[in-house]
Amino acid sequence: MNKASSILLLALLASLAVVLGYAVLSLPGQADGLADTVAAQMDSSGVSHPVTAVLLNFRGYDTLLEMAVLLLALFGVWSLAPQAHAGMSATSAGPVLTALFRLLTPVMILVAGYLLWVGAHAPGGAFQAGSVLAAAGVLMLLCGKRLGGRLAGWPLRVGLVLGTAMFVAVAAAVMLGGAHLLQYPIEWASGLILLIEAAATLSIGITLIALFLGVRPITGQQP
Amino acid sequence: MSLSMLYALAGVGLFVLGLHGLIVQTHLLRKILALNIMGSGVFMLMVALARRAPENPDPVPHAMVITGIVVAVSATALALALILRLQAMTGRAELPEQQTRP
Amino acid sequence: MDVWLFVFDLVLILTLLWLAWRTLVASDLFKSIVLFIAFGLLLALAWVRLDAPDVALAEAAIGAGLTGALLLTTLAKLKSQSKPQKSDHE
Repeated sequence: MNKASSILLLALLASLAVVLGYAVLSLPGQADGLADTVAAQMDSSGVSHPVTAVLLNFRGYDTLLEMAVLLLALFGVWSLAPQAHAGMSATSAGPVLTALFRLLTPVMILVAGYLLWVGAHAPGGAFQAGSVLAAAGVLMLLCGKRLGGRLAGWPLRVGLVLGTAMFVAVAAAVMLGGAHLLQYPIEWASGLILLIEAAATLSIGITLIALFLGVRPITGQQP
Repeated sequence: MSLSMLYALAGVGLFVLGLHGLIVQTHLLRKILALNIMGSGVFMLMVALARRAPENPDPVPHAMVITGIVVAVSATALALALILRLQAMTGRAELPEQQTRP
Repeated sequence: MDVWLFVFDLVLILTLLWLAWRTLVASDLFKSIVLFIAFGLLLALAWVRLDAPDVALAEAAIGAGLTGALLLTTLAKLKSQSKPQKSDHE
């Protein structure tokens, strides 16, 4: 860009920054927002951590759509990338990386399970647990290990869809009792949330690993 | 100035910085980085404003930001796959500096 | 104690802004991505300062970790894709 347009751009962006800053500074310094509303309804949510209650119960529809977005991104990546062929996975991982992978993977799975469980009453939850699983999977891919042919077909697809499918199934099943979509009955709420989060953790982990791999894994049937 | 306002202004700064990078940089990978920085600026603004509640921070913006982080990584992954495909088809991952006008 | 925490916040914010600026103007793409990962990790610190531990966990794992890994692997694939310039595979 020539000098004039870059100076013009800087001036425009500076004025945008000033306008936004003024808008931010003119907001009141103390605002309740929705904190009190959420706190008042925590008894009927089934968990005791407010962020988990908002994510999985009060705004559960957003989380359902978010898991669908993850799946859609994977569809896009898979439709753009070529299918992996046998020569692609030949990466030579050094001994340190392989040893690290062997040591860390059980710990990571344990941490993921802990984060999933503790999300009900402390910071944690399905997304955090799923991302730790994804980190373990990324380590596995970096060491050059790939899923075997049998596991990369239907089991992979089931694992990918399980989170969204479980969420939709629970959301629809509660309607059988006469409630609205996603309106969990109060005495079942904590169990349903844990069920949804467990399936979501698995799916999020597998989806993020597949997004990192970028190509479709080799299934047993090769042309 | 309270802590929330300081971080909110920092969020605005990150957003404008990212926007400048998005407009000026020509390499597509840098544009993705700039978009992510813009997203982080918006998240910081939301979380800083959520902290204004007197006792506990407002949990709804926190949930929205967590959702936003996951959506941002999905969009980044798709954008990176698009960049790879673009380079495979046209041979470069960079926009031309000068646009020739007819 | 309060003054030191304020100083810490100020330093954190200035470092975040500086890291973001350097990410966008770094000469080498690899440098940019590494600076972006550092930016994500410091951002997780900022979330902790803003009383948002769930967001900090998600940002450290997904925002910094996974996005950084995605970017680095894409950079490697871009470089290896552009090497065989003369081969004609249509």
